[in-house]
Amino acid sequence: MSTTDSSTAAPASQGKRRIGDVVFANTARGSGVLILLILAGVAAFLLIQSFDSLSANTANFLTTEEWDANTRENPAFGVAALAFGTVLAAAIALLIATPVAIGIALFIVYYAPRRLAAVLGYIVDLLAAIPSVVYGLWGIGYLVFQLHDFYQLLERYLGWIPLFSGPISTTGRTMLSAGIVLAVMILPIITAMSRDVFQQVPQGHREAALALGSTRWEMIRMAVLPFGRPGVIGGAMLGLGRALGETMAVAMILSPSLIISPFLLQSGNQTIAAHIALQYPEATGYGVSALIAAGLVLFAITLVVNMGARFVVARRKEFS
Amino acid sequence: MTTTTRTPSTGAPGDGPAQRQPRLLSGSLPRFAPPAVLVAAALVSAGVLAALGAFSWPGTAVLTALLYLVAIVIASTAAENARKAKDRLVTGVVYICFALAMLPLLSLLSTVLINGLERLDGYFLTVSMNGVTPSMDAGGVYHAIVGTVAITLLAALISIPIGLFTAIYLVEYGKGRLAKAITFFVDVMTGIPSIVAGLFVVALWMMVFGPGETNGAAGAVSLAVLMIPVVVRSSEEMLRLVPNELREASYALGVPKWLTIVKVVLPTAIAGLTTGIMLALARVIGETAPLVLTAGSSAVAINWNLFDGQMMSLPVFIYAQVRMGGAINMERAWAAALTLIVIVMLLFLAARLISRFFAPKLGR
Repeated sequence: MSTTDSSTAAPASQGKRRIGDVVFANTARGSGVLILLILAGVAAFLLIQSFDSLSANTANFLTTEEWDANTRENPAFGVAALAFGTVLAAAIALLIATPVAIGIALFIVYYAPRRLAAVLGYIVDLLAAIPSVVYGLWGIGYLVFQLHDFYQLLERYLGWIPLFSGPISTTGRTMLSAGIVLAVMILPIITAMSRDVFQQVPQGHREAALALGSTRWEMIRMAVLPFGRPGVIGGAMLGLGRALGETMAVAMILSPSLIISPFLLQSGNQTIAAHIALQYPEATGYGVSALIAAGLVLFAITLVVNMGARFVVARRKEFS
Repeated sequence: MTTTTRTPSTGAPGDGPAQRQPRLLSGSLPRFAPPAVLVAAALVSAGVLAALGAFSWPGTAVLTALLYLVAIVIASTAAENARKAKDRLVTGVVYICFALAMLPLLSLLSTVLINGLERLDGYFLTVSMNGVTPSMDAGGVYHAIVGTVAITLLAALISIPIGLFTAIYLVEYGKGRLAKAITFFVDVMTGIPSIVAGLFVVALWMMVFGPGETNGAAGAVSLAVLMIPVVVRSSEEMLRLVPNELREASYALGVPKWLTIVKVVLPTAIAGLTTGIMLALARVIGETAPLVLTAGSSAVAINWNLFDGQMMSLPVFIYAQVRMGGAINMERAWAAALTLIVIVMLLFLAARLISRFFAPKLGR
């Protein structure tokens, strides 16, 4: 592409390489290598520092629910409840955000007036610019009160589904509230990715569908969605990665407890990230080291999800 | 001209225009039908809810949306056909999706504005929390603004050179395995949870300086970990936009490669680079979790020294005030949130303006 070939572009005929070129090229390469080192360092330092508490742990780290690490004697802690809460919150967010994001992307690309499309995309991007702590503040200071009526309706009419069974939390500081705020936060990520692929759908495909007399929806279903599917999946996975690692919104909204509870309208559950933020200031004994171990689990989960997302997105590029 | 052509058509004998409608359009709803149905749905749902004594804006909105979808499908099935009815249904759903996205944005901005303005004034912006007890009706965010500025600047100082040089490597030098690995892992790094970046610095600081060492520099390093991949991504994109002819022209004049990059490539892309960096700044300036871990969450005094003691920042200030939970604390949190949003929006706006007005004119 537009990359230049260093071997041919460098003035090889001169016989010796210029000092400036050597220094500059090595600085550039060094920066790149430094990034790899930082990433490796993140994994390495977390591993080293968590080793301390993991070897002292008297319980199984992966299957234990309670968190009794702020001691020097026989700490017993595990991430089972935290990992469950993390996945639950992210799943709620993803379930709410993905369909809406696809709708928004379709709206911006195919329904909104052309002149407005760019502005609307920019407005959706604004959602991504708002700091997570402000989302948390909005959630705890405004949204949870607004959601209370909605939760009552849910409990009254859908209470027979275990997920929505009561008694509902009076404060509204529940997993569902946290999930809804997370959904708003990942909406712009999924929208941006979906919008990108929807815009790249070959015009020929779309016009062919329309020329056969299909309606706009049939055109979208036959030409746009199949083409855009990998991009949407990749975007959703990136959103999932963000939702898994999001700290502040959950830490501020959810009223936590370290049990595995499937009841979305009652307070309970906790995510890894929020647990770390809340526990860190009071951590003593093996506490900090144990929290680092929890962070390592989170790092591993998000790493797998993100690599998967990149893989899906990259594969699409090869085909299109 | 127009009158002469018109005369024959209006003077044509026989049927009026209604019967001469082309067949293709015969079974279609008029253009004004969807908005009319929408207005009717809104009126009906508001009326029903009011009659039941349960009127509320959210309730009306939800009911209107449902009513509209049902009505438009029925109308379209009757006047058109099932396929068009489905199309209209999807159109309605897509519009509703967009409205759903606007709802939280407007709600969030308006609540922050309304609640924040109660306490945001010159006093709030110019005093710290030093000597102020949590429930006292006093104190401000000056120390947090100082911390945010200092930490963010140091983070930028670390991440801009690394990010920019990496982008240069990827675009100008990068080939083969190493470049591919860097590209992939920069993408992966974008997805590191912010709290993990904080933990990384905690672990690093524990090994280097011993346990319990919190200062602004630690916060800056954790923010830099988050900022570097964003800078690399955006800079790489911008450098790739620089036309190859410019580089080739420079080489043809015998200019060394590194001078070509410094004098030709970077100046051409400078607007885009600045935009990307400002967007990256706007992203990390609101980061809370890593700073809670690394720079501490209990500083109350003004501290300009990045290497000595805890340092408050605006996002952490909001978080700490919310955790205290009193009425005054919430007021402080809202006002600080408004300050933070204004700063972020200014960065965002500046970035857009720079890219708009200083972008090189590439296409002819």
